Order: sequence, then structure tokens, then C-alpha cells
Amino acid sequence: MSGTGNIVARLPFPTAARNELADAQLRANLRRATHTIRDKRQRVVAEVSDWEALRVAGAAIKDDVLARLPELLEQFEAAATAAGATVHWARDSAEACAVVTELVRATGSTEVVKVKSMATQEIGLNEALARAGIAAVETDLAELIVQLADDTPSHILVPAIHYNRGQIRDIFARRMPGVDLAALTDEPAALAEAARRHLRAKFLSAKVAISGANFAVAETGTLAVVESEGNGRMCLTLPETLISVVGIEKIVPTFRDLEVFLQLLPRSSTGERMNPYTSLWTGVTPGDGPRTVHIVLVDNGRTDTLADSVGRQALRCIRCSACLNVCPVYERVGGHAYGSVYPGPIGAILSPQLTGAGANRTLPYASTLCGACFDACPVRINIPEVLVHLRQSGVDAERRRPSAERTAMRAMSWVMRDRRRYAAALRAARRGSAPLRLAAGRRGVVRRLPWPLSAWTASRDAPLPPQRTFREWWAARERDNTP
Amino acid sequence: MSARDEILGRIRAARPEGRVAVPREYRTVHAADTDLVGLLVDRLVDYRATVRRCGTDEVAATVAELLAGVPRLAVPPGVPEEWLAAYSGTVVRDGTPRPLTVADLDAPGLAVLTGCAVAVAQTGTLLLDAGPDQGRRLLSLVPDHHLCVVHTGQVVAGVPQALARLADPTRPLTLVSGPSATSDIELNRVEGVHGPRRLDVIVVDR
Repeated sequence: MSGTGNIVARLPFPTAARNELADAQLRANLRRATHTIRDKRQRVVAEVSDWEALRVAGAAIKDDVLARLPELLEQFEAAATAAGATVHWARDSAEACAVVTELVRATGSTEVVKVKSMATQEIGLNEALARAGIAAVETDLAELIVQLADDTPSHILVPAIHYNRGQIRDIFARRMPGVDLAALTDEPAALAEAARRHLRAKFLSAKVAISGANFAVAETGTLAVVESEGNGRMCLTLPETLISVVGIEKIVPTFRDLEVFLQLLPRSSTGERMNPYTSLWTGVTPGDGPRTVHIVLVDNGRTDTLADSVGRQALRCIRCSACLNVCPVYERVGGHAYGSVYPGPIGAILSPQLTGAGANRTLPYASTLCGACFDACPVRINIPEVLVHLRQSGVDAERRRPSAERTAMRAMSWVMRDRRRYAAALRAARRGSAPLRLAAGRRGVVRRLPWPLSAWTASRDAPLPPQRTFREWWAARERDNTP
Repeated sequence: MSARDEILGRIRAARPEGRVAVPREYRTVHAADTDLVGLLVDRLVDYRATVRRCGTDEVAATVAELLAGVPRLAVPPGVPEEWLAAYSGTVVRDGTPRPLTVADLDAPGLAVLTGCAVAVAQTGTLLLDAGPDQGRRLLSLVPDHHLCVVHTGQVVAGVPQALARLADPTRPLTLVSGPSATSDIELNRVEGVHGPRRLDVIVVDR
């Protein structure tokens, strides 16, 4: 079953990217933020002498999970249920939203506090709750900024990465109810203080909280949430009811396996040795935390992704966002251009697989295949390999339809199969391109060719044929050297 | 068909064949000569926690020094009386006579004192596992000032050793690495959001 929700791009990537590239402020903000985090990540990863062994172990644990997923999910369900949680299953985003909405309705609450969660973003939970008259309050600082701005997230870890401090101050000043304007400067500490004041009353009075989970331990039925601010702890501890929405690939087999991921994740995501707070809970603990605990396990396209022997490695992803921060494409276009809650290199392989063929078909081309994402990935997802694989599948799916590119390539192949035909074609091309040489400048490249070749230069420069080919140069050299 | 059966059936049809061996060649033991306590202190200071080292007979004096000017102190049921001997403010103990409420803990001028289960030197992390000297999770969450006592015997090198030491992983666990912080504004770390904005750690040599 194909995945649905906020993972379906409305615009083809090239169109969306062109829109985003027009915003110089956005590019400056992104450049500054991604370079800050890149340098921090590099520093803390360099101090771990067994980093590569941890990556290998992390990848293998996740591959093991995919191979044993039905048994592990059943084990998780049994353990969590025995510990007092109620486990629900959802085929797609609509079903997941319906389950959660019904659970919230049953409590009688019309407001819920939320821990930042990619799964709930993916299924469009806030929108679904709003339609049912339930207000979902995002409590992570960056999610709060995005929610107040009536915007959408542009980064997995830092959804408001596209705003700088001055812009955040303006959003708070305009949209945060009861904000103390006199104390509100664009200092990050003052902005954090404003968020604290705004959310404190909500935390202390909320009856229902909604979270995701970074890890779900099959052996014990334990869920883990990794965070920084303490908003997660507030939501996971204080309300009476806790509902956690968890993708089926978040399983790890044993509690011990967390020793790998709790080392890989913080250093890869925020570039810290450890994030300030990690919470782990197993069902209900009398007297400590929520009295009612629900877990909603969501497929939403994950089983489709699992069926692809090359593409399934995308399901190893632990949502650290290291690949976004090192990507030359992401750094320039930002997260919105990808049209999905999963942007950047991982989004380019995850979104099209979750939604299935059709939607998101331009995303696998949103990459230069430079490979920086693979190097940064803590669970060794070979993103370039999957990108090429998805491009190939896309081309295969179109094979029976006529295409100018394929016709051109076929003609090119005929020409290049014969030496004389090839030499003659090069001579013809040189003569034909002579008028362009003036326009090409010193680098010898043309940025825009006339139609129909303009299709080729729409997204790349075209080099002019050389003044003399290698064969001609070689032949001349032989002649000169012959006594 | 139920969603559960349908999803499990789809996974069975889609999953790869065979088992995957997990190589665990990463470090789970560390050289005995490493100064773990020194490393822990360095990491905690890096997170901008306040750190004091003292002997077993100096805990009460150090607690009192760090809580100078703090009128009220919440403690979980199992915090030893001797830690509190020199503190001059009012001590409220969770569960005696009644469990403390969120409103009790949110009162201005209140700090909380806990122990911990284990501490990780390499990452500057304190693990709380709801043991008697740590108590319920909200105790170390709602007050704005958290004071934590760590014995040097509780300090281990890395995350693998720390998780292996936990008595029962299904108890509510909280890993604390410095005061509450955020990296959400231009990806720079700023201390102090919703959790305790001040974290003091007393490392007791023994």
C-alpha cells in the first residue's frame, strides 16, 4: 500500500528549486546553519576512535531488523502490552490519524501537547486533529516557530533552519500570544526564554500528549525519545494520556542495541557528544508518568519500500539529518523544494519510495551524486546507489513511451559505433558550432543552446567540440615524428 | 482483514531472506588507566554544568554551598539525611506525607537534589533510573535547578558500559547531559529552555 500524507510533492523538484533559489536570504541562512553543524559534527565524530565500527554495527542491526520485522513487531507488541500499553496498527496516514483522533476524543480533551515527531508530520496529524476540533500545540522550539509562522518544516532536525534569529524574533513578536515585547530581542537566549514562558502553562495543565519515538525495543517494549530542550520530558511525563506514533521500522531487537544508536545519533544530528535529554519508558509505571499509554504502529508505504532489494536500505534511517547538512543541493535550495517532510538526500530516496511510482518522480534527480551523504550517514545508507537505482526504475517504467532524449541517444549510439561516422560527425559539429564559439567565452561552454537542444542545456552547460580531436592531434604528431 | 494482519502479511511477503549477523567490533571496554572522573568533569563543564568534587565527609557542606540562597529543596524518598545535614532551608520529601504535585515543584525558589544510577564519562551523561535516591521523573524535571550527586564508583567510560549496569531497563529512564538546551536557532547551542536551567553535579570520591 502506497504511503500518503505530507510526503507527496505538489511541484516537480526543478520548478520548486527554482522558486527557492530566488530567495537570497534563505540561501544565506541555510549556508550559515549547515556549515555550523557540519563543523560541529566533524569535531565530535573525529574524537570517537571506533566510529566506523559503530556505523557498521548500526547498519547491520537495522538490516537484521528488516529481515526479522514481523517477529520483532509481534515481540514488541507483546512486551509493550504486558507492560500496560495499548498497541494499535495503521496501514496508512489516514488510518493512523483516525486512530489518534479517536483516542484523543475519548479523553474529552480539545488540546494536546506534542513532542517533535517526523512520523506525525508525515501523516499530517495536526491537520487531521484540527479538522476534528482538537488543537495540537507543538512544543519543540523550532516546530513552534514553524507553527506560529503558519509555515512548513524545512529540515528534519531543525524545522526552522530557514529562519535566522531576526526573523524568529519577528514571528514571535507578531504571533506569540502574550509575548513580552520589551524583553524580546533577537538573542537566542531571549527567544528561548519567550518559548519557555509561552509553553510552561500548557505543559503543566495538558491532559494528553502525542509523541513519536526514535527507537522501539522489541525485547522489552520500551520506547525512546531523544531531545534537547526538556519539552519532550514534559510531554512524556506530566499528562495523563500519552499517544506515540511509531513507524514500523523504528524497532531495534534488544535493549543492548541502543548502545550503538545512542552513540551514533547525537553526534550525527546536533553534533554533540550527547543530546541533553533522552527518555525511555516501558508501558505504564504506576505513580510515575502517564496512566494511559497508547502506541500506534504505522506502515504508510514502508512495506512497499521493504520490497525493493536496493531501496530498502532507506529504512535504516534514524532521522539524524547529517545528510542534509552536507548536501550541496540542500544547502542551496533548502527543505521546502523537496515538497515532503523528508527533504535532502534521504528525502530524495525515501519520499518516492514511500509514495510509490508516480508522485515524487523528479526527486531522485535532486542530487549531484557527489556521495557526501553516504560518508556522513551513521547507518551507512548508500544514498547515491539508491538514487541511481530509482532513476533507472523511473526510466524503465517509461520505456514504451516515445522520448526525444531516447531518440537522440539512439542516433548518437549509431554514430559512435563506427569510427568514420564518428569522425565525420565531429567535423560537422565543429563547423556547425563555429558561430557559437564567440558566445561561449574562454571556458568553451555554452549555457543555452537553441531549440531542440535547449532541453539539454536547461539544467547543464554544453561544452563546445574541441578545435582539434585527440585522434587528429595524434595523427599529426605521428606525421611530424616520422623521419 | 485487520490492519495488523495485513501489515504483518505484507512484511512477510516483502522482507529479505535470511538472517543478518551483527559485527560488534566497537569498544565496550576501555583502558583501566583512563582518568574517567576527570573526563566526566571536563564533559560536564563543557555543557556548562557547575561541578564540585569532594570527599564522602564533605557532601553535606558542598550541598549547602551550592544551595546558598535557595529557600526550599525537594528530594526523592531515598536521598540520605546526611546529604542534607548542613542545608538551612526547608526540605520537602516526595511521598512524606504525600506525593509532591506539579504545582509544588513549579514554585519559585525550589531546587531538587537527587542521586543517579550511573554516569558516562565520555559523553558527560547522568543516568537516572527511578531508584530510591532519584525518584519519579517529574522531580528532576519541573524545578529550575537540579543538583545531582555522583559517586566515583558510578562513573563508567562509555554508553555500552552504562546501559549494561542498569538493574532494570524497563523502569522509566532519563539520560541527562547538561542543563536544558536548544540548537534550534541557527544551529548554535543555547542553554536553558524547558528543563532545569541550572544543573549542579557533586562528584564524591570514594
